[in-house]
Amino acid sequence: MSVIVFAESTEGKFKKSAREAVSYASKIASNTGKEAIALALGTIDAAELSSLGKYGASKVLHVNDPRFDKFDSGAFAKAITQAVQKTNAEIVVLSFNDNGKALGPRLSARLKAGLVPGVIALPEIENNEFMVKKSVFSGKGFANYVITTPVKILSLSPNSMPVEQSDRSAAVEPFTVEVTDKDFAVQVVGVEKESQGVPLPEAEIVVSGGRGLKGPENWGMIEELAKTLGAATACSRAVSDVHWRPHHEHVGQTGLTIRPNLYIAVGISGAIQHLAGVNGSKYIVVINNDPEAPFFKYADYGVVGDAFEVVPKLTEALKKYFASNN
Amino acid sequence: MKILVCISKVPDTTTKISFKEDNTRFNDENVQWILNPTDEWYALVRALELKEKLGGTVTVIHVGKADSDPVIRKALALGADDAVRIDAEPADSYFTGAQIAEYARGKGFDIIFTGKETISYNGFMVGGVIAELLQLPFVSLASSLDMEGTTATIRREIEGGKEAVKVSAPFVVSATKGIAEPRIPNMRGIMSAKTKPLAVVQPAEVPQFTFIKSYELPPQRQSVKLVKPENISELVDLLHNEAKII
Ligand SMILES: Cc1cc2nc3c(=O)[nH]c(=O)nc-3n(C[C@H](O)[C@H](O)[C@H](O)COP(=O)(O)OP(=O)(O)OC[C@H]3O[C@@H](n4cnc5c(N)ncnc54)[C@H](O)[C@@H]3O)c2cc1C
Ligand SMILES: Nc1ncnc2c1ncn2[C@@H]1O[C@H](COP(=O)(O)O)[C@@H](O)[C@H]1O
Repeated sequence: MSVIVFAESTEGKFKKSAREAVSYASKIASNTGKEAIALALGTIDAAELSSLGKYGASKVLHVNDPRFDKFDSGAFAKAITQAVQKTNAEIVVLSFNDNGKALGPRLSARLKAGLVPGVIALPEIENNEFMVKKSVFSGKGFANYVITTPVKILSLSPNSMPVEQSDRSAAVEPFTVEVTDKDFAVQVVGVEKESQGVPLPEAEIVVSGGRGLKGPENWGMIEELAKTLGAATACSRAVSDVHWRPHHEHVGQTGLTIRPNLYIAVGISGAIQHLAGVNGSKYIVVINNDPEAPFFKYADYGVVGDAFEVVPKLTEALKKYFASNN
Repeated sequence: MKILVCISKVPDTTTKISFKEDNTRFNDENVQWILNPTDEWYALVRALELKEKLGGTVTVIHVGKADSDPVIRKALALGADDAVRIDAEPADSYFTGAQIAEYARGKGFDIIFTGKETISYNGFMVGGVIAELLQLPFVSLASSLDMEGTTATIRREIEGGKEAVKVSAPFVVSATKGIAEPRIPNMRGIMSAKTKPLAVVQPAEVPQFTFIKSYELPPQRQSVKLVKPENISELVDLLHNEAKII
């Protein structure tokens, strides 16, 4: 019996979401008396592979096949299925990231196994009932899902579970899967990198701007604050709709739902659709010159003031803090 | 080009969510139902644009009961040629995807569109389930899509950037922001929607793999602590000492 976790990599390195998934899988494994086995696909060096031991994998199965350096949900689902069957895994863990969102449903249909997409907590297993929590209504609520199939698939929301580390290292075993070139039906022809820093869905700190910033030319101070904090930038729908900022920064009910540790909202009113996508943040700071802005009701900390004055001041204060604490 | 667009029905985005019967069911009292935004704004509009450019048909498909007909009519008003409703409550995303796959099997659709997710259950699932059951390629989170003959060039969202892919029809694709701009139905569309065909078909025998046992509302936050702009270092202190974020 085992828990198998697909650890996704890019350019030979595991993603942050992969480490979170391995750590999550190993917690499930130790709670249920199972073994956590990681599966890695594509070109990855030995040191990187065994590093998954630190996050609790007892063993890493490695499919050393360069075709997996590029993503195709069909081929990946086929490969993971073979590993699940070979290891008799009962629980399959994936990341609920952009590729994982495509992979999960394919795997569910292939394995005839129930999937809960975007779990945010450990499963509760009681009297043979397997229940796990995920956010629904784009963050306006949570639902406890019961999976009724023998094999269960969980895809883990980014930033939802603390990553635990030890100094263990995992044994790496080569693993072969049967896939043909035809399984790679989607041909990746190029990648455009958009952000230099942390990608928004994975970010622990997010600085977000709204229409209160008046125009795209004023985003310099938002980026400066984000850089100081090692944060990603985001925006309201109103801002991305008028193309002040790219679409992938749009958070909220019809954009991205995020759960960072800290969300700083600057010049955003706090409409219900916006709040939906960000209220899973652990802490929220609101900077707005209107004391009546609805967002203050959903914030932990607030500054009533002009963003053009407050943001540069905050950046300065943070720089000072980091300079004296490093 | 023969295109199928999967459309779902969700509570209006302004809905205050609540639960009933001891938090075991969603409270749908006074809820306004709308066409799921990404299905309407992105999947359907891009499908219509492709049809306008290349010819063909756009069929919309929905798994739901008769109370969904108004949102289906809205899709017809926006320009879909005909609609199919599979007459079953969508039990979970696997069930929904499997119903659509069984319907679409062998009917020769070149492209099956879904939205990226429903804003109700946020599954991101239905497209992938259809693709696997029909053994078709699946491209998720498409923010642009162009056809040349039977080959599509698609840009899809990945963390921190975009990936350009090529894929041959038939395929399944989920649409996100950027692929098209929302449209508003015009008077002619609304009038003609009333007479466009809406076929009601019986569901296939397919299982569900999950069910929702209970719901919860997010925890309330404590009331906000205000910091004066002139004392901004207090905020830094709070982030360090209280929130322990920095
Ligand atoms: C179907 C639907 C779906 C939607 N989905 C989303 C979604 O996913 N995400 C989303 O964000 N929105 C969404 N919206 C839009 C939402 O309803 C709001 O219109 C939007 O969030 C407002 O953006 P905003 O807060 O940037 O702008 P505004 O509401 O205009 O707020 C600007 C704020 O800036 C403040 N301000 C002005 N000047 C300053 C200054 N100098 N310093 C500090 N503060 C200042 C103002 O007091 C105000 O509170 C959706 C709407 C609909 C109808
Ligand atoms: N009941 C339904 N009928 C038809 N299509 C649906 C239904 N539910 C979801 N979909 C489609 O599948 C997409 C993803 O839904 P979900 O997997 O539930 O997040 C939606 O954007 C729709 O395009």
